[in-house]
Amino acid sequence: MPFGLGIAKGMMVTLRNLARKPVTVQYPEQRVTQNPRFRGEDFVWYEERCTGCASCAKYCPQGIIKIVTSPSGEQTQEGEKYKLETFDIEIARCMFCGLCVEACPYDALHMGTGFERAMPRKSDLVITVDELRASAKRPSTWFRPQLQDRGYDPASGEEVSWQDAGREATVAPTYDDMLKRWVEKR
Amino acid sequence: MESSFDKNALFANLNDIFLDLLPESLSWMAYLGTGLTIILIMVNAVLMLTAFGTYMERRVLGRFQTRLGPNRVGPFGLLQPLADLLKLITKEDLRPESADKITFFLAPVLMVTSMLVVVAVVPFGKDSFLADLNIGVLYLVGIPTIATVSMFLGGWGSGNRFALLGAARAVAMLISYEVPMIVSLAGILILAGSMSLVDVVQAQQIPFILLQPIAFFVFLVSASAEMNRSPFDLMEAESELTAGFHTEFSGMRFGLLQLAEFGEVVVTSAILATLFLRGWENPFIPADWQQVLPPQLWLIGKMLFFMLIFTWIRATLPRMRIDQVMAFAWKVLFPLALINMFVTAALVVAWPDPTYTQLWIMVGVNWAVAIGCLTGYTLSRGRHRQKPTESVRLVQIPAEVN
Repeated sequence: MPFGLGIAKGMMVTLRNLARKPVTVQYPEQRVTQNPRFRGEDFVWYEERCTGCASCAKYCPQGIIKIVTSPSGEQTQEGEKYKLETFDIEIARCMFCGLCVEACPYDALHMGTGFERAMPRKSDLVITVDELRASAKRPSTWFRPQLQDRGYDPASGEEVSWQDAGREATVAPTYDDMLKRWVEKR
Repeated sequence: MESSFDKNALFANLNDIFLDLLPESLSWMAYLGTGLTIILIMVNAVLMLTAFGTYMERRVLGRFQTRLGPNRVGPFGLLQPLADLLKLITKEDLRPESADKITFFLAPVLMVTSMLVVVAVVPFGKDSFLADLNIGVLYLVGIPTIATVSMFLGGWGSGNRFALLGAARAVAMLISYEVPMIVSLAGILILAGSMSLVDVVQAQQIPFILLQPIAFFVFLVSASAEMNRSPFDLMEAESELTAGFHTEFSGMRFGLLQLAEFGEVVVTSAILATLFLRGWENPFIPADWQQVLPPQLWLIGKMLFFMLIFTWIRATLPRMRIDQVMAFAWKVLFPLALINMFVTAALVVAWPDPTYTQLWIMVGVNWAVAIGCLTGYTLSRGRHRQKPTESVRLVQIPAEVN
């Protein structure tokens, strides 16, 4: 191989790259398609499903979920539900492990889809209960196979009502199923 | 004084305008005003081209790496150099405690000055230039050497060991590369028979890039070494020396150093275009071709072409080691330049006044010599024969070791 041919080859490689289309995505105008299982920063919370058990707060490795409840809710007579006074998620320290979502026994807490919560101050990076109540209900399908099975995609902008968010909405057991599970197995 | 500007029509016209404007008693000011006006035009042209050069380099480098490059500031990102300038001006101008005040101040200023002053001899047209020195080529190789001194001033004056190491490397490398650069120019001077750049351009019946392929290669390589650009940017090797001699510079001082670095690309492109691509005239082979563009635009177009080539080289080649760089200068480029000089001299002795056909024979001989050099070098390295496995030798381990 003559001396200098390697350099010539390398120059041709870069020249070929010059003719290629740039792979850059111009972010604010263009966006890459987001995976429906993306774990975003805005949590989706269904107050109707939440009992105030605070499992999420207990399972949070960072201890950033603060829950204060009071027995002043509607169904407290039956001992079913507490009213949530405070539900603060300090998103600045969140590492998006999703353990709170895994821990929720009632499918009330879901990961969100957003990623654009840049703030000038760290103290602003707290999701309060009012914000959780008011935010759009577009949960990520992460750890929520029932949403995935239904073909729901958060990127489509479709909102999920609290009746549809749970596992029973897709896999509602009939009386026969329950018999099979609880009686015939024993 | 008047005689040296006789053929400079740009100077004569401007001088007439100033003489009309000024009263009789102040006619000496016309001379001064004309000179300063031309200097103003030239310096601003170079600075604007440098600003555009940084933008173009970043855009093209981006495309070489399949990304877009700066495109946010202004239409197509054209105002990016302005934004960079604003950023650098508003930054704090720090001077380390251990720095030498005078040299630290002097280094960026000297560097930019030495870059700008070179343009004085570059002709932008048959009658438009700042000065037509009869030792123009000597000036071209002499003045940029001030940049070497300023680099060492900056590196030494910073009081920083990285800066000093970078400066030492830069000086060692630049002095080595001066030698093949100057010797490669000897071939051109022999052919042109003059050191004036206007004469060099007018002597190019065939562009010297065809007549002097070895000289072009040697000059291109040494020039990119002189500019401290990739693959010879080891004086500011980020992985070893943080930023070389400008480690301690910040704010507009750093901006000046960057300006000098990118300005040298523009200036060197102008020199390359003048020496090898027929300067302000059209670069095509029939020399009596109609002038399509004004001469200034031809030169700027050629400068952009060479700037693109320098960007291409920067996008491709990785940084060399210091011993490789030195060996390349002394063992490859210097002999090549010498061979080229002797071959050209022999050809000119054979045909002191070559006709067009004889020039083409010269082209053939020079290319044959270039290819011969390449083949000879390849054979002497013996790369084509050696297989990688042959270099591996099995070593018998003595029994007593086990």
